[in-house]
Amino acid sequence: MNTDWLLQHSPALIIAIPLLAAFLTPIIDRFSRRARNAFVVIVLVIEEILVLFLAHDVFGGNTHIYTMGAADPFSAVPAQAAVPVRIVLQVDGMGIFMGIISATVCLAAGIYSLAFVEEEKGKGKFYTLLLLILVGMLGMELTGDMFNLFVFLEVLTIACTALIAYRSHHGDAVEGAFKFLIISSIAALFVLFAVALLYAQYDLLNMAALASAIKYTNLDKIALVLLVAAFVMKCGSVPMHFWTPDAYSVAPASITAILVAASQASLYALFRICFSLYGVTLNLATIGGALIIFGLLSMFVGVTMALPQKDIKRLMAYHAISQTGYMLLGVGVGLYLLAKPEFSTYGIKAMEGGIFHIINHAMYKGLLFLTSGAIFYRLKTRNLNEMGGLGHSMKWTAIFFIIGALAIAGIPPFNGFASKLLIYEAAYKVSPILSIIAMLVSILTLASFVKVFHSAFMGPKIHDVEEVPKSMLAGMAVLTFVIILFGLFPGWVVGNIVHPAAQALADQAAYIQAVVGG
Amino acid sequence: MKDEGMSVIVTTIAALIFPAIMIFSFYVIMHGHLTPGGGFQGGAIGASAIVMLIVAYGAKNVKKKVSDENLSIFESIGGLVFVVVGLLGFLAASTFLYNFLVGEPLFGTIPPFGSNSGILNSGGILPILNIAVGMKVIGGLASVVLVMALAGGDEE
Amino acid sequence: MIYSIPFYTVVILILVGVYAVIFKRNLIKIAIGITIIESGVNLFLITLGYREGGVAPIYTNLPSGIKIPEGMVLPVPQALTLTSIVIGVAVLALMLSLSIMIYRHYGTLDSRKVRRLKE
Repeated sequence: MNTDWLLQHSPALIIAIPLLAAFLTPIIDRFSRRARNAFVVIVLVIEEILVLFLAHDVFGGNTHIYTMGAADPFSAVPAQAAVPVRIVLQVDGMGIFMGIISATVCLAAGIYSLAFVEEEKGKGKFYTLLLLILVGMLGMELTGDMFNLFVFLEVLTIACTALIAYRSHHGDAVEGAFKFLIISSIAALFVLFAVALLYAQYDLLNMAALASAIKYTNLDKIALVLLVAAFVMKCGSVPMHFWTPDAYSVAPASITAILVAASQASLYALFRICFSLYGVTLNLATIGGALIIFGLLSMFVGVTMALPQKDIKRLMAYHAISQTGYMLLGVGVGLYLLAKPEFSTYGIKAMEGGIFHIINHAMYKGLLFLTSGAIFYRLKTRNLNEMGGLGHSMKWTAIFFIIGALAIAGIPPFNGFASKLLIYEAAYKVSPILSIIAMLVSILTLASFVKVFHSAFMGPKIHDVEEVPKSMLAGMAVLTFVIILFGLFPGWVVGNIVHPAAQALADQAAYIQAVVGG
Repeated sequence: MKDEGMSVIVTTIAALIFPAIMIFSFYVIMHGHLTPGGGFQGGAIGASAIVMLIVAYGAKNVKKKVSDENLSIFESIGGLVFVVVGLLGFLAASTFLYNFLVGEPLFGTIPPFGSNSGILNSGGILPILNIAVGMKVIGGLASVVLVMALAGGDEE
Repeated sequence: MIYSIPFYTVVILILVGVYAVIFKRNLIKIAIGITIIESGVNLFLITLGYREGGVAPIYTNLPSGIKIPEGMVLPVPQALTLTSIVIGVAVLALMLSLSIMIYRHYGTLDSRKVRRLKE
């Protein structure tokens, strides 16, 4: 099995290997616990290596196509037909960029969970569901087919709900999971309705073929509104953000880190629909302006509701809403300017800022949730009033928390600074108010994290606890490594990883060409 | 769901009809590539047969015969067969879920185009995938109803 | 006119479902509301594929005189609907299990009393 074969078939392998592992895990679990732990970690590491291997080739400029079930995987249109008929996986720069995020966060959370859920019951099912969440996320990010997007969205929803309600002996975990399920089901049904509307008109399900056939009729406008509303509901931005604090605070900490990446998969789907499916046919000022307004509201509402919180994970969940606002602002500015000539000067810079912020946010927010999980593991509480003086005994946790808090506030040399600077500069040219609000939100973010640090880690030593087990520290260290790496070399990251992703998103013609024209 | 089940008439008739319903479910699963039906539909019929037994005999008695762990293993085997058959498509030097059984003796006759009377031996990997999905659905739906019936009983 | 009746039914079903999810307080009624929305969307998907005077798209024992493929209804929406029904079953099973657990913890199914997670 040489590397060429592996490279060509890697889109299907990336989705099939965790699926196989998810079904093997209950059987291995009957024999030995340690074998199951080792198996899960090995599968997550293999996933990460495969994703990075594919990313290396895709960022070099090739878009990969994979037709499932055909004799030749690289031609999407069969000989007898004029349109693609099978499910086509299409991996371009943006898709594999999100794939790197999903694989890395799941790897860190998986290693972290080895010690974190030790005392709970039903651990065999926990790892099965974690691998199914990975399948759902990677499926959403690598697919080129609208109905396949819906199916993987539902797989992701069901697996996430089951894991949010994992601590079922607490009543509030089940309540948070119920709210999450209701919102996600309604969003997914909207997506299905929109897919049905598009199929009714054009008889096509493949995204690239739809993009080349779409004329902007009234039914297409209805489908666009339904899709935008559904994905905005799923990613936790302001008009429908009410499920986010409840679901994020009651899940086990490693699952919360994965939920952040899952919300960003929905954000990716939103961008894919606006840029690659509709492209320049839609009314860019309206949709771009709507995304910018959602972004501003999310930033502001998120951070102002985070300040008075007493529960540490609820506070961080409100910050997740606010940071999602940054991403929507950055890419919304890019969408707003897509057809104008200013796009090539600062529109693409704004998109790069928004997209770079996606990976930064997954890393530092995941790290912050993992540290709050470490505090919960030792103290069994999430209330800030009951914590104090942990810095004396939990030194490594305190260091990781400081790194995460400085990164989210946008302090150099961590990665938050680079992406926020890109967003400030690019949004300033559209309207100075956007940059001012963004900077104000950044200052309030720093304020609330100073509050958390002071309450949890400083002060006299009240509790007599020790440091957390090594596997939890290893999971946090994986994310910290990426944060420091991206913080020290932002130019390299933007040039080689973020710019191809932004370019792939903005270039609708290349997306269509890869499937239909090529 | 009471523990002792329902009366003698109900339990006798349920025990007599159960094999017939299971055979009908297997018929719908196996003929999925010829007539309406297939994996999920046949699996739902099979699961409803087991649900009929739960209603007739009571959840605790059914749990003694067909426990949760056995249903869970049954379900996992169904899922595994599906993914392994998909991965076997790679061995035929092609893509994931490639229909490599066309032309082979196992399920591989190519039926004539147009109206015909339905050849069971055709379809490639489709009957195998139907059986795998059917196993998964029977295991899954039956264990969902069994656990819910047991959970309701534990409260009192 | 008569071929538009399924589409009107779809709209009525979705509105009834959304009303149930927003305005009803019992958790089981909210779950039923989501199932009604899903039934509406499935009906929409099937109705898309209808062609006048068409038969089922199956080759086994096809009646004579039917042209292939113009005399058949579209098969792809039927596959999409089947997948959606399966997903709906899984989501409904999960919602009902969560309702059972909520009842065990809170003793009530009223969504205004199941509210420990406040501001």
